[in-house]
Amino acid sequence: MANVTLRSLGKSFGKTEVLKDIDLQIEDGEFVVLVGPSGCGKSTTLRIIAGLEEASTGTVEIAGRVVNNLEPKDRDIAMVFQNYAIYPHMTVRKNIGFGLRTAKKTRAEKTERIEEVARILDMTDLLARKPSQLSGGQRQRVAIGRAMVRDPAVFLFDEPLSNLDAQLRTQMRLEIKKLHQRVESTIIFVTHDQVEAMTMADRIVIMKDGVIQQVGTPSEVYHKPANTFVARFIGAPSMNMLPGTGTDAGIHLKTGLNFTGGPAVASRREVLLGVRPEDLVPDGAAAFVEGKVTVQEPLGHETLIYVDTGAGEVIAKADGRRPPEVGSQVRLSALPENVHVFDAVTGQALT
Amino acid sequence: MTATEIRASSETLLAVQAPRKAANLAQFFRWLILFLGGILMIMPIVYMLSTSLKWPHEVYNVNLWPDEPTIENYAYVLEDGRFYGWMINSTIIALITTASALLFDSLVGYTLCKFRFPGRYIVFIAILSTLMIPTEMLVIPWYLMSQQFGWLDTYWGIMFPGLMTAFGTFLMKQFFETVPDDFIEAARIDGLNELQIWWTVAMPLVRPALAALAIFVFLGNWTAFIWPLIVTNSVEMYTLPVGLASFGDEADVAWELIMTGAAISTIPTLVFFLIFQRFIIRGVVMAGLKG
Repeated sequence: MANVTLRSLGKSFGKTEVLKDIDLQIEDGEFVVLVGPSGCGKSTTLRIIAGLEEASTGTVEIAGRVVNNLEPKDRDIAMVFQNYAIYPHMTVRKNIGFGLRTAKKTRAEKTERIEEVARILDMTDLLARKPSQLSGGQRQRVAIGRAMVRDPAVFLFDEPLSNLDAQLRTQMRLEIKKLHQRVESTIIFVTHDQVEAMTMADRIVIMKDGVIQQVGTPSEVYHKPANTFVARFIGAPSMNMLPGTGTDAGIHLKTGLNFTGGPAVASRREVLLGVRPEDLVPDGAAAFVEGKVTVQEPLGHETLIYVDTGAGEVIAKADGRRPPEVGSQVRLSALPENVHVFDAVTGQALT
Repeated sequence: MTATEIRASSETLLAVQAPRKAANLAQFFRWLILFLGGILMIMPIVYMLSTSLKWPHEVYNVNLWPDEPTIENYAYVLEDGRFYGWMINSTIIALITTASALLFDSLVGYTLCKFRFPGRYIVFIAILSTLMIPTEMLVIPWYLMSQQFGWLDTYWGIMFPGLMTAFGTFLMKQFFETVPDDFIEAARIDGLNELQIWWTVAMPLVRPALAALAIFVFLGNWTAFIWPLIVTNSVEMYTLPVGLASFGDEADVAWELIMTGAAISTIPTLVFFLIFQRFIIRGVVMAGLKG
């Protein structure tokens, strides 16, 4: 059990700066997900914590101890890799036991530990098999078992689910979450999938271009995005962004309509009005989105409608049974507390 | 189905049959070429065996089957005590050089492939460039070196140029590229040192390459002629090819004896090949596993 602290962590490959001044405090037993588009530095951060990559600046602390100069094996961590990194020439038992090779334990203790882990992961009857005889999900479980067997203070997961098909991914997501509840270790999980981040994390760290954009619980990053990047990245379909200008009466949108009831915005200040598709509701009076429905995407329980406002397209969620017809005119509004206002230049939230 | 439809579908059937005929013809020529190639490859072996069964006076006849077949040559070669000595020399030399080349080529190849260090590229290019120097050119410096070190007419003298090979280093480096870095990093996190990672993780995954390299190096050293001929002086230190070439006298080469010796000496290489071929096939099967 351990907390992890990153202090002004930076990393450059030659002249390319991939991480800039990362500060992050991860509590003992917390499940933290680093998420962001590819090249945002999330994997590099994880690899620096693991000790596979050296930090150019700053420090990494695990359990209150600066580990910058420690070998990976001395950091009390275990890592699960994207392609599982289980060895095809070894049986499941050997693969799981691999992490114990250097442990100071008797053979009986090791066997017991391997079998305990296999029991937890429900793969006791697979111990004698080779990885080639396993399905993708089972291989993933072996990889997790290999990490678990050493009982590390911190688990590091590097996009472990991205090679699995959608259904299996959902299942493994749940299993990892249950596992976390069971072992109560600190978990740092890297993914590019915002759904994975939202469903698993205690706290989400959203990164872009080597900079942390926001750290918060899934609810915080969803309902109070710090900037337009986070607002667009979290949630699918993405948050609608409507350009507008501050006036004394509210925000005058490019669509020609006004939004009132939001925060006061200085006159003539360029802003972006962010509103999630599900927060848009039909409303004739206070509508600030008006346009023709161009496309319908039925999803069963709801239907996505694309509305051409004349100044860009807006996506809204409509009733699954009786969505507005394609070609029909709709007028939509949202409750002021569900509307986010961002500075058009910096992208920072004003609400 | 209407009449037109039926006609249409029978026409498609005919259209399908025509290319099938063409495919059969192509298949025939493919087999023919392979057959001729096979004949070409097997002829020297057949000729070697046939010559080994001939009396000296018949050696220069091109007939495939000897008029008066004899196993006299085999009896002669096997009764000649020198032959066993050469066989032992060749076996020792080929086995040691193979083991050494496998060890050092894979170590260097692994290092060049998986470690980032200054000058890595230069070292690799330097090793590769030695491939462009023909053995004939190296023989004189090797000889002078051996003379200075007192290696002439010793096993070490015969073996030292082959203990590590540029080709093997290149081959192993390329094969280690196929071992995912994740495997190595996972082992590193699990606390193995670099040598342990090389041995327990990387080496088992490049077994097919090791087997191929073992065959190359073994055969190369088993059949090596020029260097062993130059570096050895005493008949006892001859390797098999050098020894075989010494059959006969100044005026006449005893081809029937050479071919007999050659026929016998192919047996160990065949055995070696059969053993390592299994590894190659197993290796290929294993390489089919994707993460």
